Amino acid sequence: MGIPIHIPTALRQYANNQDAIEIDGQTVGDVLQKLSDGYPDLRHHLFTEDGALRNFVNVYVNDDDIRYLKQHDTELKPGDAVTIVPAVAGGKPVAETSAPPKGLVSSEGVTLSKEEIERYSRHLIIPEFTIEGQKKLKAASVLIIGTGGLGSPLALYLAAAGIGKLGLVDFDVVDATNLQRQIIHGTSDVGRPKLDSAKDGILDINPNVEVETYNTFLNSDNALDIMRPYDVIIDGTDNFPTRYLVNDACVLLGKPNVYGSIFRFEGQASVFWAGKGPCYRCLYPEPPPPGLVPSCAEGGVIGVLPGIIGVIQATEAVKIITGIGEPLMGRLLLYNALNMTFRELKLRKDPECPICGEDPTVTELIDYQHFCGIGTDEDQIRLEPQQEISAEELKALRDQRRPLTLLDVREDFEYEICHLPDSTLIPIAQLERRVGELDKETPVVALCRTGPRSARATKFLTEAGFKQVQNLVGGIIGWADKVDPDMPKY
Amino acid sequence: MAVVIDQQTESAIREEGRTSYPHECCGFLVGRLEQGARRIARMVPVANAREDEAKHNRYLITPELFMKTERQAREEGLDVLGFYHSHPDAPARPSTFDTDHAWPWYAYIIVSIQQGKAEKMTAWVLQDDRARFNEIPITIED
Repeated sequence: MGIPIHIPTALRQYANNQDAIEIDGQTVGDVLQKLSDGYPDLRHHLFTEDGALRNFVNVYVNDDDIRYLKQHDTELKPGDAVTIVPAVAGGKPVAETSAPPKGLVSSEGVTLSKEEIERYSRHLIIPEFTIEGQKKLKAASVLIIGTGGLGSPLALYLAAAGIGKLGLVDFDVVDATNLQRQIIHGTSDVGRPKLDSAKDGILDINPNVEVETYNTFLNSDNALDIMRPYDVIIDGTDNFPTRYLVNDACVLLGKPNVYGSIFRFEGQASVFWAGKGPCYRCLYPEPPPPGLVPSCAEGGVIGVLPGIIGVIQATEAVKIITGIGEPLMGRLLLYNALNMTFRELKLRKDPECPICGEDPTVTELIDYQHFCGIGTDEDQIRLEPQQEISAEELKALRDQRRPLTLLDVREDFEYEICHLPDSTLIPIAQLERRVGELDKETPVVALCRTGPRSARATKFLTEAGFKQVQNLVGGIIGWADKVDPDMPKY
Repeated sequence: MAVVIDQQTESAIREEGRTSYPHECCGFLVGRLEQGARRIARMVPVANAREDEAKHNRYLITPELFMKTERQAREEGLDVLGFYHSHPDAPARPSTFDTDHAWPWYAYIIVSIQQGKAEKMTAWVLQDDRARFNEIPITIED
């Protein structure tokens, strides 16, 4: 009794290209066994190694699936037909579906040239990194805000690592006081725009990097447009208005903000990424009062410090882009160069955070200068015009040998760097206690590094009943610029 | 043996992958063998028969649908030449699951959908010993 077995198109090549084969048998199991005995190449397409029918191979007797009959024991009678019918199944890899795609960017479609493979070979042979990681770096774009102490190592290392596109924001020119730590700029770059010098440095290290420069002061009007095209934003600035601006813009755009800050011998770093973790405002809801935390220019910084913090920021950017390791998220890293210690503070997302909390009150960028109290009355001492004196006017007075008290209110270590001859040193913090050392009748000219501290001294002495007090506009730096080019600046 | 597909069908597969995202889409490729190539006349989209919670990474075309589609194709003098499906947020490469469940001879087109955007499209045929898929070229005609 011959039962026709209909062979699907896909399997005919293993059955002498026949679309049906007649086989004698009592049951479905029987005829399938004989079929695969007669055509051994068919066997592994129909059966697993254990001899079970593959789960995507369906067998019908007439119009009925044998699963709903007696399976292999389904009896066959003359006139029946057996048909093998494909079910088609598949799907993407499970490993890649249970976890989100690794890293911030996709490497799909990215290729590396022979030169790039050679250049990045020490990356490619790291098992956790491989060519996939390198392609992600190439596909990624990073915006570095500021090309100073932190921006220098950031730009150099990220360029060397092979980030596809680097954006740089700065408006400053290189001056001699930068060179002690801003290693992307050289001595011959003094006087050049920092962007030009930084771009040269990047392209010298890695001409494959696309460099976009923004010669501007980042503000609420331009920040979103500048930041929007980039995958990762890195804050390399040292002032509070920009720090809050960068944070808020990153929260609004949903971008990771790799934060770092430095002061004297200490540094901090973290990754702020609202949606995944806390933001800068969760850590510091309000800026400190103006003047309380000095900038590098005001407070000084050991030159090697931004190297360490900047490279930590660059490391975090590479990790975020490639999706390797644990990002420095929800953690604030504190570094102390004098003790050579790293400490870590846990950061929590603040549900009340004004920008990334549950009920945000900040929904667009605000005036950050005002938010940080800069330009307000508390920040600046307002003096009358007659309470100010220019460097040139002071020189004329001194040339005329007029009786004059030249009061320097800087710290003693600043005085040691440079000072005007015949000046009296009373640091601003000691002025109230030592005011008796000064003669109220003799005109006083107060000076500091650039003017703010001596403005406070001018106000204080005037109120204390001194006959004539004036503030040296621009401080000793202004004096060096306008009167005495031999005076060192710091 | 390459897959020859017209521009319109190619775009339609991408579009379906995109609109099904984050689920996988699937369907038949119907056409005829011509001068050593699989010339696709049309695609036949099918509803993914997998349960909802599996649709993001699995597709299933039932044997009933297969029989029906094959019968219709033959009435037009065509045949089922293969299948297409999408890989949401995964590369356009056959997974182990694809290989384990594959039929020989048919062409399998995979389109990668990244974040809802259709990206790479590839075509594959199972090796005779079922060990792996081999990539075959896709020729797109106007």
